[in-house]
Amino acid sequence: MNKIVYGLILGGILGIFDGLTAWFTPAVRSQLLMIVVGSTIKGIIAGVLIGFFAKKVNSLPLGILFGLAVGLALAFAVAAMPDPTGNHYYFQIMLPGGLVGLIVGYATQRYGSSIAPARTQS
Amino acid sequence: MSWLSDDAIFRLQTATALPDLSATRYRIVERIASGGMGTVYLAEDSVLGRRVALKILDVPDTSGELAARLLREAKILARLEHPGIIPVHGAGTLADGRVFYAMKLVEGQRLDELVSRGESLPHRLRLFQRVCDAVAFAHARKILHRDLKPENIMVGPFGEVLVMDWGIAKSLRGGGSLDAAMEPNEGSLARDTSDSAITAHGAILGTPGYMAPEQERGEVGSLDERSDVYSLGAILQYLLKTGLDSSANAPRPLAAIARKAMASNPADRYTSAGELGLDVARYLDGLPVSAYPENIWRRAARWAVRYRVAIVLVLTYLIIRALLLLWFRR
Repeated sequence: MNKIVYGLILGGILGIFDGLTAWFTPAVRSQLLMIVVGSTIKGIIAGVLIGFFAKKVNSLPLGILFGLAVGLALAFAVAAMPDPTGNHYYFQIMLPGGLVGLIVGYATQRYGSSIAPARTQS
Repeated sequence: MSWLSDDAIFRLQTATALPDLSATRYRIVERIASGGMGTVYLAEDSVLGRRVALKILDVPDTSGELAARLLREAKILARLEHPGIIPVHGAGTLADGRVFYAMKLVEGQRLDELVSRGESLPHRLRLFQRVCDAVAFAHARKILHRDLKPENIMVGPFGEVLVMDWGIAKSLRGGGSLDAAMEPNEGSLARDTSDSAITAHGAILGTPGYMAPEQERGEVGSLDERSDVYSLGAILQYLLKTGLDSSANAPRPLAAIARKAMASNPADRYTSAGELGLDVARYLDGLPVSAYPENIWRRAARWAVRYRVAIVLVLTYLIIRALLLLWFRR
């Protein structure tokens, strides 16, 4: 599977699960749907970026680092938005976000295919 | 009076038995193997400075039948320029009238030797796919091999696969019938090989166990691409059974592919070698194969195997996430 598509799918799936875990936090349970949608979009964006990086740079350590950075950066952007009571959940959001990036970074480097389709001779 | 030693006599016998290549660009290095029609020698091409394999008729052919057949084999090979088919470099006639042709010297192992070493199943299947590709190419050029078996497939040191021994290949016309000009006289020619998997005399050419039923019955006119498909199925079955853990059964989809390729009725087989190779490729990619209908559970199991890495990663994430949740709640 193409690295970008692989990253997109894996990022999206992890994003869904990431959002669903908000159910365990009663304070934000009422916003669960918004959180799941946002988290999924965040996972997809992270997956595409990480997959694109994996397509360009063939290095497992760099892929993991890039994934971690992208995951943390996107999670920071989300965590910077306060909840209705004005609280921020940097740690609770950025830690799983970084974990998603790290896993997607590893997976796209290790398992995604970077072989382009063959072109016919013109 | 002095007597020659046994060693000297042996050397003399060997030297006199070697063909005279003085009028050619080739110099014999050593004998490699003997076949039904001739002997294959390792030779040096003195012009290009490379090693080649020379196939030379054992004796001058007075009737011209064997010579014509050897030349026919060379011409068929010349028509089949493909990475998976042994390339021919040239052909000619020696001073004593013996016909020969030069081909690429393949250094490697026969498929049966390789398999007996216990190569992994995916590696075997990838090699098999390349055999299918080569045979499909020959079929596209209207050539049937008719003697496909592991002993006729060489695997080079870099994993290259070469289909050898096109000595009884058959040329087809557009409609699938025989091309008389390219067809050996099957009634009078028989390949006698040194191994036990011999080719039968008379109208039947091929190797028992790998021959399609219609080929075994000598129905020459009814042979087509599907006869080679049968042989490929027999090779696949050999690859699934030989040199692997005997307690483990072959994966069902692969067994089904081999069964379909070896159907006694040609109409029930794959219509082409390419189609057979494609089904094996689909198995390797974790996709459904045409020979093996799946129910929902089998499909789910195949899907889980195919995406096992992603599933493990997601599960890993969920476990870590659950641990984090517990930690945050403390």
